[in-house]
Amino acid sequence: MNTLFDKIWDKHVVQIVKDGPTQLYIDRLYCHEVTSPQAFSGMRERGLKCFRPDHIYCMPDHNTPTHDQDKPIADPISKKQVDTLAQNTKEFGLTHFGMLNPKNGIIHVVGPERGLSLPGMTIVCGDSHTSTHGAMGAVAFGIGTSEVEMVMATECILQQKPKSMRISVEGKLGKGVTAKDVALYIMSKMTTSGATGYFVEYAGSAVKNLTMEGRLTLCNLTIEMGARGGFIAPDETTFEYIKGREYAPKGAEWDKAVAYWRTLKSGDDAVFDKEIKFDAADIEPMVTYGTNPGMGMGISQSIPAMKDIDAAGQISFKKSLDYMGFQPGEQLLGKKVDYVFCGSCTNGRIEDFRAFASIVKGKKKAEGITCWLVPGSWMVDEQIRKEGLDKIFEAAGFELRQPGCSACLAMNDDKIPAGKLSVSTSNRNFEGRQGPGARTVLASPLVAAAAAITGIITDPRSIM
Amino acid sequence: MKQKFDIITSTCVPLPLENVDTDQIIPARFLKATDKSGFGDNLFRDWRYDKEGNPIKGFVLNDPTYSGCILVAGKNFGSGSSREHAAWAIAGYGFRVVISSFFADIHKNNELNNFVLPVVVSEKFLAELFDSIKANAKMEVKVDLPNQTVTNLATGKSEKFEINGYKKYCLMNALDDIDFLLENKDKIEAWEQKNQA
Repeated sequence: MNTLFDKIWDKHVVQIVKDGPTQLYIDRLYCHEVTSPQAFSGMRERGLKCFRPDHIYCMPDHNTPTHDQDKPIADPISKKQVDTLAQNTKEFGLTHFGMLNPKNGIIHVVGPERGLSLPGMTIVCGDSHTSTHGAMGAVAFGIGTSEVEMVMATECILQQKPKSMRISVEGKLGKGVTAKDVALYIMSKMTTSGATGYFVEYAGSAVKNLTMEGRLTLCNLTIEMGARGGFIAPDETTFEYIKGREYAPKGAEWDKAVAYWRTLKSGDDAVFDKEIKFDAADIEPMVTYGTNPGMGMGISQSIPAMKDIDAAGQISFKKSLDYMGFQPGEQLLGKKVDYVFCGSCTNGRIEDFRAFASIVKGKKKAEGITCWLVPGSWMVDEQIRKEGLDKIFEAAGFELRQPGCSACLAMNDDKIPAGKLSVSTSNRNFEGRQGPGARTVLASPLVAAAAAITGIITDPRSIM
Repeated sequence: MKQKFDIITSTCVPLPLENVDTDQIIPARFLKATDKSGFGDNLFRDWRYDKEGNPIKGFVLNDPTYSGCILVAGKNFGSGSSREHAAWAIAGYGFRVVISSFFADIHKNNELNNFVLPVVVSEKFLAELFDSIKANAKMEVKVDLPNQTVTNLATGKSEKFEINGYKKYCLMNALDDIDFLLENKDKIEAWEQKNQA
């Protein structure tokens, strides 16, 4: 009761269907090329036009190659999907940031950085990591393609109102501990289904003190514990970030908007269906050892022993470690690494590349490591070059690639070969996620950079 | 995919793994189609076929012992990516029902929107169901949507399952959410007038 989630959700209720879900009004729909074509086809078959085309922003990101974007995409099926989005947006009169458009990038990087995702909004996209936009103080969540079609056709969606959960992290984060580590730590405690059915509000001093970019990383990973979405009440950090961005309100509109945004917080008397508290001091740089993002641990810790796993979960636990080639009870420190990936909607923003650069500056890429540095958008790429980070990468033997989702889910050419171990700043370590047979360790940009220069899993605190 | 749902009695395909994510149901490299057909061929692709495309012996979909239009899966089925392709793959393969003790949110909605019924049962019911299937692959389960009951016909044990009245009506009459929303355009415009002035 009286939570920020209630305030935003309730304002957007068009009607509550008798003995059914809520019809919710949506302020912003983002579309990418993978989960939209069947929605456009459905619209065409029903003879419908988009109800509010100015609410919809589209861009390809999953299939885009991270090199030679000025040339046609080599994979004909990827090319078809990217071309189909361009054709569909033209036919339906929607805004499209195509490949090489300076506004292109990963949707969840572009939305906030262009000022398209704003506090108090309801935001959806056919992509589970839509939870990212919650960092702006918005109710943002991923949906399926049928639901994308619903929003195109009516600007509404039918949803059960989720329960509310507040996760507070209090205290000061230690050296080398980033928003990514906070998220991986929370997931390791919550498991991948621990927040299913809930919408999470993050709070506490450690969360308040995160930068906007850190908050985006934290909210991005909310879906990995099953939650519908996660968000943070907007504050001065949020307003400062948004001010002056391309699509943000300007002039008198800005003042009016900020005055409203300041009201967006949970009441002192707010009651959540569930409250969970963590201590920032308990969090160290994190790594995952298994095949779901909840299977994480502090980098100095050891993988649980079989006896610590409950009976129903033992088959899955064993399957997971067999796939990874790890033993119960062992440490990951010192394991040989083959690939390093820094990028994705989780960690593909400028601060992530600053963090990576801070570790590799003046050092050399380890022999035998293949490393892909993929900015989340052209705007991030521009900032990297403006700050001279590209020169630091180059001097250390790293190549900066072009923006896109890339090796996070390997829909383009950036696939980790079978059996190879990858330290990745992305969001999922599922079997085959980064390519068939690829083995993924999820971590922060600092841990990824430490692996890139040492060739093994290394505690970044030891070289900071 | 629209089809009316009433009572289904079928043998089951057991998948006693927990946290089956949508990347396993349908790997990302198979998401490049621009229509909804053909995904069933790649359902559980990397567990079902090896690199050369040969069926992997021992995986349940390759085991002729098991068949039917009911998939029985471990806790937290469908976590991860929101890809509706996972629901298209399940429906395309021929499953009409998925039984588990817990479903991930987005995937559950995606199943319902494709006229596949997710049935949530207790951990105990699920464990017994796996045992029954193990004991006799030909045992059947009855899923009765009008009465919202699921029955293990080997043991005779039955459980009630939840579904909201609106969605139940949609499934039983082959109606989808867009049909409903399109009929409510006046309410949407009224909301906009009130809130976007």
